[in-house]
Amino acid sequence: MIADNLPALQVVLPLLGAVVCAMLRRGTLAWGVALIVSLLMPLCAIGLLLEVLENGTISYAFGGWPPPIGIEYRVDIINAFLLLLVSLIGAVIMPYAKSSVEAEIAPENHAWFYAIYLLCLCGLLGIAITGDAFNVFVFMEISSLATYALIAMGRDRRALLAAYQYLVVGTIGATMYVIGVGFLYSMTGSLNLVDIAGRLADIENSRAVMAALAFLTVGISLKLALFPLHVWLPNAYAYAPSMVTSFLAATATKVAVYLLLRYYFSVFGVAVVFEELPVTEILLFLSLAAMFGASIIAIFQEDAKRMLAYSSVAQIGYITLGIALANQSGLTGGIVHLFNHALMKGALFMALGAVFYRIGTVKIDDLAGLGKKMPITMGAFVLAGLSVIGVPGTVGFVSKWYLGLGAFENGWWWLAFLIVISSLISVVYVGRIVEVVWFRPISQAARSAKEPPLGMLLPTLLLTAATVYFGFDTTASAGIAGRAAELLLAGLR
Amino acid sequence: MTGEMLIILALVIPAVGAGLIGLTSWNANVRESVTLVTAAALFLVVMFILGDVLGGQSVATGAFEIVPGLELAFNVEPLGMLFACVASTLWIVNSIYSIGYMRGNNEPRQTPFYMCFAVALASTIGIAFAANLFTLFLCYEILTLSTYPLVAHKGDDNAKAGGRVYLLILLGTSMVLLLPAIIATAVIAGTLDFQVGGILAGKAPDGIIALLLALYIFGIGKAAIMPLHWWLPAAMVAPTPVSALLHAVAVVKAGVFTVVKVIVYVFGVDALARAGNAEWLVWVAGFTVITASIVALRQDNLKKRLAYSTVSQLSYVVLAASILTPISIVGAAMHIAAHAVSKITLFFAAGSIYTASRLTEISQLDGIGRRMPWTMAAFAIGALSMIGVPPTAGFLGKWFMLTGAMNTGQWVAVAVIIVSTLLNAGYFLPIIVQAFLKPPGKDVKAHAKGEAPIPIVIALTATAGGTVLMFLFPDIPLALARLLAGV
Repeated sequence: MIADNLPALQVVLPLLGAVVCAMLRRGTLAWGVALIVSLLMPLCAIGLLLEVLENGTISYAFGGWPPPIGIEYRVDIINAFLLLLVSLIGAVIMPYAKSSVEAEIAPENHAWFYAIYLLCLCGLLGIAITGDAFNVFVFMEISSLATYALIAMGRDRRALLAAYQYLVVGTIGATMYVIGVGFLYSMTGSLNLVDIAGRLADIENSRAVMAALAFLTVGISLKLALFPLHVWLPNAYAYAPSMVTSFLAATATKVAVYLLLRYYFSVFGVAVVFEELPVTEILLFLSLAAMFGASIIAIFQEDAKRMLAYSSVAQIGYITLGIALANQSGLTGGIVHLFNHALMKGALFMALGAVFYRIGTVKIDDLAGLGKKMPITMGAFVLAGLSVIGVPGTVGFVSKWYLGLGAFENGWWWLAFLIVISSLISVVYVGRIVEVVWFRPISQAARSAKEPPLGMLLPTLLLTAATVYFGFDTTASAGIAGRAAELLLAGLR
Repeated sequence: MTGEMLIILALVIPAVGAGLIGLTSWNANVRESVTLVTAAALFLVVMFILGDVLGGQSVATGAFEIVPGLELAFNVEPLGMLFACVASTLWIVNSIYSIGYMRGNNEPRQTPFYMCFAVALASTIGIAFAANLFTLFLCYEILTLSTYPLVAHKGDDNAKAGGRVYLLILLGTSMVLLLPAIIATAVIAGTLDFQVGGILAGKAPDGIIALLLALYIFGIGKAAIMPLHWWLPAAMVAPTPVSALLHAVAVVKAGVFTVVKVIVYVFGVDALARAGNAEWLVWVAGFTVITASIVALRQDNLKKRLAYSTVSQLSYVVLAASILTPISIVGAAMHIAAHAVSKITLFFAAGSIYTASRLTEISQLDGIGRRMPWTMAAFAIGALSMIGVPPTAGFLGKWFMLTGAMNTGQWVAVAVIIVSTLLNAGYFLPIIVQAFLKPPGKDVKAHAKGEAPIPIVIALTATAGGTVLMFLFPDIPLALARLLAGV
C-alpha cells in the first residue's frame, strides 16, 4: 500500500509537514517536524529509484484519474535520480539548519521558516515528479513563492531587495513557461508530457511549436540561471540565510535543469531541438560565456558567498554544455554534474554558513587566518573547492572527464581545451580563499572563532566526504547518469 | 607478503604517517620520531618490492574502476622502481636534515610542514608505481597540491607570490595540456594502461602523434622544459629541505619520470623513432639545457643558481629520452637517480650555509670552506657530479647519453652535452675555488661561526657519500635501467 503510493507521498508529506509546522508556532517543534519529513524523503526517493531500476518507468495516476485526463506522476531513471538528489540534500541540511536558523532568524519566525522551507521542498520535488506540464507550473510557483520568502528572511536588509529582484525575474520566467505550455496545449490539446510528445510527432513543426520551444527555453533558463539570465542569482544567494543558500544552490537550479532536459529530449526530441533549430550553437555559446564570464567575475568578489554564487553560474554552464553536446558522454557529464555540483556547492555554502555562524561575516578579508581557528571547517571548504577545480579524485574530475570525452566524440578538440582552461580560472578564486585563510594573520573578526557545533559540522563533513567518495565510486552517480543519458537520447519517439 | 600488499603498504605508510604526525603535534620529539619511523618503514617496504622486481616477479595491484576506461591501478616496472628507491632512500636522509634545519631556524608551523611532506611522499610513490595514465595523473596532482603549502610555508608576500606561480603553472599545465592529452589518448588508444611498446603506436596519424607529444611534454610542467620552467626558481622561497627533496628529487623527478614513462610506454620508443616525430624534442630539450645553464651562470643567489642548474639537468633526461635508443633510455634513467642524489647534496649544503651563517649569495662565500669544511666538501662532490666528473654518479648518466647520441649520429645532442658540461663547470667550479682558495671575506668573517647542526652535517655527508658510492657500485640502478630499456 505504502509502496504503491510512494510517488504521492514524496510530494504530499512535505506539504502536510508545512501545514503542521505553521500550526505548531514553536520553533524547535517545527524543526522536529521538518527533520522527520526531511529524513523520510530520501526513503521515498530510494524506494522509487529501486523500483524504477528494477521495473522501469512508474506511472501514478493522481486521484485515480487515468492520464492524459488526470494528473500523472511519472518516474523514470532521470527524475528518480533527481528526486533522490534533492531529498538527500534536504535530509543532510536539516540537522545543520537548527543552529544556523537560530543564529540568523528571529525566534518568532522559526516555525514559519520551516513551514515555508517544506513548501519549497514540496515544490521542487513536485516539479521533478509530475508528468503534467501545467502541474509543473503549479509546483514551480509553490517553490518560487516559498523561495522569495526564504530569501527575504536573510539578516541583511539587502535580502529584501534580492528577494524582490528574484520575484520579478522569477515571475517573468514562470510567465514565459506558462505561455510555452499554452502554445503546446493549443497545438496538441494535451497537458500530459508523454501525450504531448506523442502528438507532436504527428504535427508538422509549425511556427507555434517553435514558439513554444522558445518560450519554454527562456522561461526555464531564467530559473536555472543560464548566463546571461543569471542576474538574480548572486544577490539571492549572497543575502539569503546560510541554510537557504546551501539548499537552493544544491537543488533549485538542478530541478530547472531537469525540466530543460525533460522538454528538450523527452517532449520535443533531439531531432527538433538540435537538428532543426540552432539550439546547440546557442546553448554552447551561452554555456561557454557562463564558464568563462561568471568565473572571471567570481575572482573579483569581496564576499565569499557572492564568489561562490558566481561560481555556481559558471558550473551551471558545464551542465548546459553537457546538454548542448547531446551525445552519450557529454550528456552523462552534464547529468552527473547536476549531482556532483550539488554535493560540492552544498558543502561549500554549508562551510561558509558555519563561518557566518561563528564570526557573523563572510567577507573574504574577514576570513583571514581562519584556518588556524576553524581548521576542520576550512579544510572541508578547501577539499570541496578542489572539487570545483576538478582535481582528480574528486567529483569535479568525473564530470570534466565525461564532458571532455563528449567534446572529443563530437570532434570538437577546441572545446575540450576550453573546458579545461575555464576550470583553471576556478584555481584562482579557490586559491585566493586558501591563501587568505591559511597564510594571512588572523583578522579582527576571526579572533575568537572556533569550530561550529557538531550539528553544523557533521553535515558539512558528510557532503565534503561525498565529494571525494563519488570521485572514486561512481556507480551511484555516473552509472545512473549514464543510463539516464541513454534514455534521454533514445527519446520518446 | 604478496606484491599487492606491498604496494598498498608503500602508499598507505606515508599517508598514515601524515595522520600520526598531525596527532603527535603536542610533542616535537615524538612527532619527529614518527617522521623518521615512517620514512624507515617506507624504505623497508620499497626494498622488499625491489627484491621481488629484481627477482623477476611482477608486482601489481588489481584495478579499481572509477568510470569505464578510468582505473585506479598500480604496477611496478623498472623505472618506477628506480624512482621509488631514490625517493624513499632520500626521504630518510632528508628527514634527518629537516629536523636540524627546521629547529636550527626556528621555523613556524612545523607540524603541517611534516604532514605535507609525508603526503607528498605518498603521492610520489603513487606516481612511481602508477599502472596507467589516470593513476599517474591523480598522484601527480596530489603532489602539486600537497607541496604548495610547503612552498608558501613562510607566509610572507614573497612566499605567497612564489606559491601562486608554483600552483598556477603546475596545475595549469597539467589541466590545460596534460588532461586533454590523456582524454585524447583514451579516445584514440582505447586504454590508458602503460604497455611496453606504447599504446599509441600505430593508432593515429603522425601529425596527431606529434601534437599529442607536444601536449604531453609541455603538459608535464614538473619537467620544467622551457618556457614552463619558471615555477622552479619561484619555488626556491621554500625552506631548504623542501627545495632539496621536492625540487631536486620528488617533484621535478616526477616530471621527467613521467616524460620518460610517456615516451616509453605510451608512444613507444621504436614507434617514435620510426616516424621521426620527436626530433623537435631534441632541440627543445637542448635549448633548455643550454639556456638554463647560461642563466645559472649569472645568478648570485646560491639557491637560484641551483634551481636553474636543476632546470638544465632535467632537460638532460628529456634529451636522453628523445634520442630514442635503448642505450640513451638507460642514460635517462641513470641520470634521474644520479641527479637526485647529487642535487640533494648541493641543496643540503646551501641550507647548511644558511642555517650556520645566514649567507645566501655566492659572492659572500669567499673562504667559507675553512669554516665549514664538511659542508663545502660535500658541495664540491655534488658539483663535480653535476659536471659529470668521475668518480661521481653524474658521470654515468652522461656516459650513456653520449654513447646513445653518438651511436645514432645525433650530433646536436652530442654538442649540447659537451657545451653544457663546460657551462656546468663554469658555474660550479668558481664556487669551489672561492670557498677553499680565497681568504675568508668580510661576510664569512662576520657570520660563519662553524659547521651547521649535527643532523644537517650527517645528512649532507651521507648524500655526498652516496654520490660517490653510486659511481662505484651502480649495479642496482643499472640493472633497473637496463630492464627498462630492454638491453
